[in-house]
Amino acid sequence: MSLNVPTMAELAARGETAEVLFWVGCAGSFDERAKKVTKAVAKLLNQAGVSFAVLGAEESCTGDPARRAGNEFLFQMQALQNIEILNGYSVQKIVAACPHCFNTLKNEYPQLGGTYEVFHHSQFIEQLLRDGRLRVEGGSFKGKRIVFHDPCYLGRANGEYEAPRVLLAQLDAEIHEMKRSKKNGLCCGAGGAQIFKEPESGDAEIHHVRAEEALATGADIIAVACPFCKLMLTDGVTHHGKEGQVQVLDIAEAIATANDL
Amino acid sequence: MISSLVFVALLAAGITGFTLQVRRLRRGLALARPSGRHDRRKERWAIMTRVAMGQSQMEPRRLAALMHFIVYVGFVLINIEVLEIILDGILGTHRLFRAPLGGLYDVLMSFFEVLGALVIIAIVVFLVRRLRLGPKRLNHPDLTGWPQKDALNILVIEVVLMLALLLMNASEFAAVNQGLNSANQQTPWLISGLFQPLFEGWRVSNLEVFTQSMWWLHFVGILAFLNYLPRSKHFHIILAFPNVWYSKLTPRGQIPAMESVTTEIKSMLDPSFVTDPNAAPPARFGAKDVHDLHFANLLNAYSCTECGRCTSECPANQTGKKLSPRRIMMATRDRVEEVLTGGQGAETRSLLDDWISREELWACTTCNACVEACPLNIDPMDIIMQMRQYLVMEESAAPSTVNVAMGNIENNAAPWAYPQADRGNWINS
Repeated sequence: MSLNVPTMAELAARGETAEVLFWVGCAGSFDERAKKVTKAVAKLLNQAGVSFAVLGAEESCTGDPARRAGNEFLFQMQALQNIEILNGYSVQKIVAACPHCFNTLKNEYPQLGGTYEVFHHSQFIEQLLRDGRLRVEGGSFKGKRIVFHDPCYLGRANGEYEAPRVLLAQLDAEIHEMKRSKKNGLCCGAGGAQIFKEPESGDAEIHHVRAEEALATGADIIAVACPFCKLMLTDGVTHHGKEGQVQVLDIAEAIATANDL
Repeated sequence: MISSLVFVALLAAGITGFTLQVRRLRRGLALARPSGRHDRRKERWAIMTRVAMGQSQMEPRRLAALMHFIVYVGFVLINIEVLEIILDGILGTHRLFRAPLGGLYDVLMSFFEVLGALVIIAIVVFLVRRLRLGPKRLNHPDLTGWPQKDALNILVIEVVLMLALLLMNASEFAAVNQGLNSANQQTPWLISGLFQPLFEGWRVSNLEVFTQSMWWLHFVGILAFLNYLPRSKHFHIILAFPNVWYSKLTPRGQIPAMESVTTEIKSMLDPSFVTDPNAAPPARFGAKDVHDLHFANLLNAYSCTECGRCTSECPANQTGKKLSPRRIMMATRDRVEEVLTGGQGAETRSLLDDWISREELWACTTCNACVEACPLNIDPMDIIMQMRQYLVMEESAAPSTVNVAMGNIENNAAPWAYPQADRGNWINS
């Protein structure tokens, strides 16, 4: 299925506009594993007939890692420039495929004059489901064991624990929970700009520990909802020598696969 | 008469000592910049009622929550009796409320005794947990030395206070009943009744001396406890309430925006932007010391009772990194104390480096697990973030790999070194 993903600029040139802006994020734009998630989200939006566009070359880092590394100056530079672009296109609704982008756009841009209705892709897809605009064919996951890892910036920071689980429940699979989940979920170790630096010395890697917890459930699939969790847990699964047996999939990828997209 | 004078003198000394210590503490909290958290008052009162008074966030650890609730309710209610003790002491009366309350007085006393016994049981559970069977957080390197001793002191004082109360009631009954024939024996209150065999064969005069001693021990114990509190983590029992009132009400995922930075960027980007000529020069970016933190940060530090739920949930701490959110709070408090004490250390040392290392600050994943875990809405992450802001914006002292990522964001709008122009390439790949 070929993708239909216009940019805001292309639409504006044709005098058109989109209902929703799909905010892709850096990982989703550049990392091969995360790009699959981006495509899955785009396919699902296409399938549901959502009028959406991306910023393409006009998209820029939200500033989340800069702010959390302590660089407020760089964060605000990014934010103010992004807000100018977003407001320039009169963007009202945004769906982000990354909880970090989602959190920053939703909770931090209003501080600087950028107020939008912001969804994480799990929330948006769940909404499509509820509105009857999207259906999920669960067959291909029948009999699989799936465990969901909560991203910190979707869960604890924004209190969204249900939307990803509602989506997984459509898959006709066995859904398992780790001992520590939802508000007690263990971080994957990537947040707060950690993924861009070497970890401080300790006696274990956070993502190895989390991958171990996920593997202990006997899952065939570790479902995630954040590109950074995906990178970290994929690495963790490899560390435990399970890369051939256990898949780390974003919920959007799982739903798209179920729908043969 | 003499005992009334002694009583009043002790009471005055105890209250004066406490007041002086509270004043000192207020000087400590006043080191901070304002928190700006005086908005949304209705919500603040509501959250204080729910979280502090109602202890709604204790629940995930059931045993600790139940024991803590017993000690909390026990102390609050039994302290109603302190009112009688104070009046008796001043007026030279004995159990002033007994006559006006009649039968209700006996019911109340039995109720207080049951509470007192439950408190003792709870504290024994606490002691066993702390010394033997408890979770790692209670026997953690953070607590080595004074903090662990402080915790044990508090538990011991609380047991002594409760035992004094129960033994006083018990020996008083024993004395009364010894003077009465078997037909007129009074029924003792619920728990002190159980202690009666202890006093069999005692002379009435000895029982009276013992009762008096227990009464004075309880009273002096309360005053001593009151004066110990402000020097201890246990000031928690008072500060918990204002602390929750000052909770962060903005979204948990939101870091407060620095206005001085916004002004600077707007004046750079927008030629028509006019800066306020009367605006104060920007203060230091971020926090190097306790003076740079805000009021709620310091109140957090003084309200923390070092339970360690935050540290036990912290991914960095679980994987052997130096960071412990509890220690961030303890270090902040200790640094305020150092400043209050004055002397050289107050001037030459700072929260950064002397109390909290850079290694600890950089180990945080900002996952909010510590914030979620705290039953009192204490926010160690807020302090960590402000200290990172100082490191990066004042000292340019980020780890080199972080600097590379920052450089990439500046140059090509992503933390990775891919050109911005390629952002849309995934569409056709």
